[in-house]
Amino acid sequence: MQQISKDKFQIVGNEGINSEKIEKPSLSFWKDVSIRFRKNKLAMFGIVLLVLLVFFAIFGPYMTEYDYAKNDLMNTNKAPSSEHWFGTDDLGRDVFTRTWEGARISLAIGVLAALIDFTIGVLWGGISGFKGGRVDEFMMRTADILYGVPYLLLVILLMVVLGQSLGTMILAMTITGWINMSRIVRGQVLSLKNQEYVLASRTLGAGLTRIMGKHLIPNTMGPILVTMTLTVPAAIFTEAFLSFLGLGLTPPLASWGTMASDGLPALKYYPWRLFFPATFIALTIFAFNVIGDGLRDALDPRLRK
Amino acid sequence: MAEKLLEIKNLKQHFNVGKPNLVKAVDGVTFDIYKGETLGLVGESGCGKSTTGRTIIRLYDATDGQVLFNGEDVHGKKNVSELKKFNRKMQMIFQDPYASLNPRMTVADIIAEGIDIHGLAKTKQERMEQVYDLLKTVGLNKEHANRYPHEFSGGQRQRIGIARALAVQPEFIIADEPISALDVSIQAQVVNLLKKLQNEKGLTYLFIAHDLSMVKYISDRIGVMYFGKLVELAPADTLYKNPLHPYTQSLLSAIPLPDPESERTRKRVSYDPSVHNYEDNEKVEMREVAPGHFVYCSEKEFKQYKNAYIK
Amino acid sequence: MEKILEVKDLSVSFQTYGGEVQAVRNVNFDLYKGETLAIVGESGSGKSVTTQTIMKLIPMPPGKIKSGQILFEGKDIVPLSDKQMEKVRGKEISMIFQDPMTSLNPTMKIGRQIMEGLIKHQNMSTSSAKERAIEMLRLVGIPMPERRVNQYPHEFSGGMRQRAMIAIALAANPKLLIADEPTTALDVTIQAQILELMKDLQSKMNTSIIFITHDLGVVANVADRVAVMYGGQIVETGTVDEIFYDPRHPYTWGLLASMPSLENDDKSELAAIPGTPPDLTNPPKGDAFAARNPYAMQIDFEEEPPLFQISETHFAKTWLLHPDAPAVEPPDAVKRRMRKLSSTFDKPVLVKGGK
Repeated sequence: MQQISKDKFQIVGNEGINSEKIEKPSLSFWKDVSIRFRKNKLAMFGIVLLVLLVFFAIFGPYMTEYDYAKNDLMNTNKAPSSEHWFGTDDLGRDVFTRTWEGARISLAIGVLAALIDFTIGVLWGGISGFKGGRVDEFMMRTADILYGVPYLLLVILLMVVLGQSLGTMILAMTITGWINMSRIVRGQVLSLKNQEYVLASRTLGAGLTRIMGKHLIPNTMGPILVTMTLTVPAAIFTEAFLSFLGLGLTPPLASWGTMASDGLPALKYYPWRLFFPATFIALTIFAFNVIGDGLRDALDPRLRK
Repeated sequence: MAEKLLEIKNLKQHFNVGKPNLVKAVDGVTFDIYKGETLGLVGESGCGKSTTGRTIIRLYDATDGQVLFNGEDVHGKKNVSELKKFNRKMQMIFQDPYASLNPRMTVADIIAEGIDIHGLAKTKQERMEQVYDLLKTVGLNKEHANRYPHEFSGGQRQRIGIARALAVQPEFIIADEPISALDVSIQAQVVNLLKKLQNEKGLTYLFIAHDLSMVKYISDRIGVMYFGKLVELAPADTLYKNPLHPYTQSLLSAIPLPDPESERTRKRVSYDPSVHNYEDNEKVEMREVAPGHFVYCSEKEFKQYKNAYIK
Repeated sequence: MEKILEVKDLSVSFQTYGGEVQAVRNVNFDLYKGETLAIVGESGSGKSVTTQTIMKLIPMPPGKIKSGQILFEGKDIVPLSDKQMEKVRGKEISMIFQDPMTSLNPTMKIGRQIMEGLIKHQNMSTSSAKERAIEMLRLVGIPMPERRVNQYPHEFSGGMRQRAMIAIALAANPKLLIADEPTTALDVTIQAQILELMKDLQSKMNTSIIFITHDLGVVANVADRVAVMYGGQIVETGTVDEIFYDPRHPYTWGLLASMPSLENDDKSELAAIPGTPPDLTNPPKGDAFAARNPYAMQIDFEEEPPLFQISETHFAKTWLLHPDAPAVEPPDAVKRRMRKLSSTFDKPVLVKGGK
């Protein structure tokens, strides 16, 4: 055994040592989530895709000299070329311009639907779950009844009564769209409201607003975010679907749905008219879905295998 | 003894009233808590000890009975400002150091919650100073203020919970199993801290636990609960030396002691409620067998216990 | 006595975002046939990771066995594949956990859960497995086992569930039972029953038990030998009497002193161990306990203490046993329990190289 100096065997004790010190850098929940999210390659690809889509939605229509609504009957059904990058449609309108003009509407519908779902769903589900008892019973049964109304029938009815417009379309989508969100929030709130930190807040005298705003909603933000990112593609798809059925926007307004609908009869001869809008619908939905999945994994790493 | 701070009278907390699965979690409990003392409440899970604590602090609305704080009925109060005043006087420390702190808030915000609700700090700076003081009181420091709960160990979190309760300067604290989720070495830290705070600030505690050795150490008096009822209430030492109710006896005989020799010879008594063999017309209630020593018993048992006491 | 398990120089790490957590650091211990070894330590001390490694239940990755051997009946199980481990788990080594509710399958009848292992490991027929299941339930003290085999876990009370868990674990007659805080979630009266049951079964079946707990009362009740873990290492090990009546490591002192005694009415402050356990991402230099140790010496902050042997069975890893170290008095609460044990050597002996 090597010789150790005897001085080393003086009792020095543990006075003055900060054994409460935390060595690790401070890491908030959201920082941690973002680190995990950024490790997910597919989700990051989705983000890149989405950024590109948004970029073109904003600047795409200005990249050409054409107006999305202007007919050019001399140049109908032109195939993609250096002049018309995505070709033209049966009225000679530039498909590239129309695609990005449509992207604006499709994305706007998706984001708006998600925001409206968020607002109503979180309030409704939050109050329902927190109040419990009869209030909960009443609010959830109301939601159930709304959920039971045949969707297409409702849309057609609204279109007839209010006329076909972007507003009607969004109203139609959100009239039942928030129910899913409210159920998720209610479930979360139900399980969170008896957590000891919420009880502690109540014993300190906190009211409903504080408990909701500081405790319940922030801790439900994970599932809420995931649901929102998955609502966007669902809304985009619904719009496309309704427009495809002829229940959507009216020309010359373009959305991916109306473009696909217009392009379908010409599929055999002028496939690009369907190909471009359909591809971008698919890409957008894909992007949002992988982002949503990535978020879910990042928020709850235990779910990942 | 000193003046009564809290009087709990025939407190009942029933769940699912009017449904077939009625649960009488707390079923007619009566006791007083004196100013400056620690009253321990022990019993097995499901005996209603935590529910009693939560009902006292109004987390549940009592089915029946009264809770008097300084002579005022706590459960009769309805208006918001009166309730808020009461919230400042009575606070709670929770069991689970992981569930009792909001994971999305910084330690400073958690501790300052009471300060914010009751407007106890006029400026941001004053608020932070109060938070730093509280952190220091519980043995933590400034650097911890901006961290999140998950960065702390169980014992540290429990101390943060204590700081949160102290922020509103309460007179009475209900400690609901504050140490049962902690390691032995850390339990002592928290118990020492609670005792120190009691001495410094003249706090009164209701200490709910199932670890009987810690309860005995921290409590002046101890109540034993069994199936929603208080079955025995006595000064801590008396209860350990002279347990009268057969349930208390079985509970005490089951505690493993950190002493191998006594463990080798330990005899466990089990409790069978049918030993009482109460008749239908017998009145079973809390009776004072010796000064300050109450037992839930019938007239007949009361005489037996009294005789046993004299010996 | 025959050794059933030898853990040699075991180190286990976990890869996390914050870095590598060295959960178990060079752990050595043996287990003899039919004995109960209690592993004591606070959360994060590595006691659960050590035993889960023996069962090879730690997820890999992020977990990794960095070094060491686990000899079960002389055969190293570290290199075994998952498939090979399946033959060991449940049959040779079984485990019971703290929370019986999460370790029982809620959708499967209790009887079926006992039978599963028997049919799989012992090629029993369904009918004889069922007979054995009923026998096991009776053995663990569950009344009316013929009816209980056909019930689901939610129909059992907490104590009954833990009994059922034990029945499942012991059904295949394992040679080693690992009990990870099996009574922590139970009430004291139920805990006493379960401990009695385990001791009773052990004497009948001659099973070796590793019992993990942080309750020193439980340790005194069940253990033949005790290993005290701190910061991923075993800091003291000895027979139960040696640990309780002649402890040598300051951490063991701290543990014993931080418990109030039921017998005396001493209301003086408890001797709490200050601070919090070390962060094992960056294990402190020297003795991991130094920062919380009122007896710490300069050397404790610089060099890891070696292992000293105090008796044939008693080892402690602390510089306080070094011949040059000053004589120190343990805390009062510990001094009260100190006894002179006959087996103790005249002087602590330095253990050379590893164990």
